Amino acid sequence: MNGVHDLGGMHGFGPVLTEENEPIFHHDWERRVFPLFASLFVGGHFNVDEFRHSIERMEPAEYLQSSYYEHWLHAFENLLLEKGVISTGELQGTAKPTPPTQPVTVLTPDIVETVVLGGASSRAKEPVSGRFRVGDRVRTKNLNPTTHTRLPRYARGKVGTIEIAHGAFATPDTMAHGLGEQPQQVYAVRFSATELWGVARPDSVCIDLWDNYLEAV
Amino acid sequence: MSHTHEHHHDHTEPPEAIALRVKALESLLIEKGLVDPTAMDALVDTYQHKVGPRNGAQVVAKAWFDPDYKHRLLEDATAAIAELGFSGVQGEDMVVVENTATVHNVTVCTLCSCYPWPTLGLPPVWYKSAPYRSRIVIDPRSVLAEFGLIIPDDKEVRVWDSSAELRYLVLPERPAGTDGWSEERLIELVTRDAMIGTGLPKTPGDEA
Repeated sequence: MNGVHDLGGMHGFGPVLTEENEPIFHHDWERRVFPLFASLFVGGHFNVDEFRHSIERMEPAEYLQSSYYEHWLHAFENLLLEKGVISTGELQGTAKPTPPTQPVTVLTPDIVETVVLGGASSRAKEPVSGRFRVGDRVRTKNLNPTTHTRLPRYARGKVGTIEIAHGAFATPDTMAHGLGEQPQQVYAVRFSATELWGVARPDSVCIDLWDNYLEAV
Repeated sequence: MSHTHEHHHDHTEPPEAIALRVKALESLLIEKGLVDPTAMDALVDTYQHKVGPRNGAQVVAKAWFDPDYKHRLLEDATAAIAELGFSGVQGEDMVVVENTATVHNVTVCTLCSCYPWPTLGLPPVWYKSAPYRSRIVIDPRSVLAEFGLIIPDDKEVRVWDSSAELRYLVLPERPAGTDGWSEERLIELVTRDAMIGTGLPKTPGDEA
């Protein structure tokens, strides 16, 4: 979707503000939001693409005004409500919490280290062929889906060169909408600053893109 | 140097209101038996104390010290980083990009805030902020200048926008004047920002 999250190339946000000796968490509530992601992910309540798409669907002004962990909190509340894991009444305290109707997996302390070190790669288990090779010139399609995509607006309809062929990965455009992994090749595609921005600089941007975002030039 | 400020206006609600919202959700999930608060504590402990840019610094220093390791790192970063015990969440599939005399690499995630957690820890607020995510792709040189980094006009600034599930780590150039240094000593020169690409390693004499 052409959402507020798709910030690349926008103007007007001002300088990058850094903080000396920045703490890992700025508020105690951030310490309680952060571990909900792994806990709920292991529980199978959503995947990372559904999570990102939930953040993208935030009201645009709210998205820009709120912090990273507020985005996470928004996603947890909304995904769990949308999927019927919790009810509005339960969340507001007006209904008595009911236990889950199906058995659920719960992240417990004994498996935290295994989960953290193991992760959850979205790399395809089986080989999937791709249409392009390193060095090929490609053009990104001019896609404007209202659904989830990882083709940024600033790189649509642009010509670039395949810099790295990464192998096959699950497709976020389908994963975010319950349509399965549908794995495809992912490539780092290198675009010149001239192509992207119309400027004469020797610079470039490499963007990781799925096979079906691209067409041969 | 880059701008700093003391107080982050990074939330829409008073912290107390957000804290209540978080408490309501966490309590509900615990009561329904969906999350275990002791596992949540263990996760926080992991990312506060065990995972951070010191991990990435070990990777970089080893690559500077050991040419065979550097070769493996650039060929298959995930496996080479796992040799040092670093792997997993938000670093399942890693790519290391090498700075050279002609290319300076810098990383971003313009669409969200993807970041290589196993090697760098959790990202700083500025990496997740709208100014960085919007500007680094269109105007990298002015952003890097705010970090005190001036790139020569004829050197390519190559920005890596991690829009998929690959996570990127920059391998900076080894500082001059470090011939004969041990791996342990080299680690002290590697900064987080050097591995993002918004900085360079410290130079000898500057490592304290």
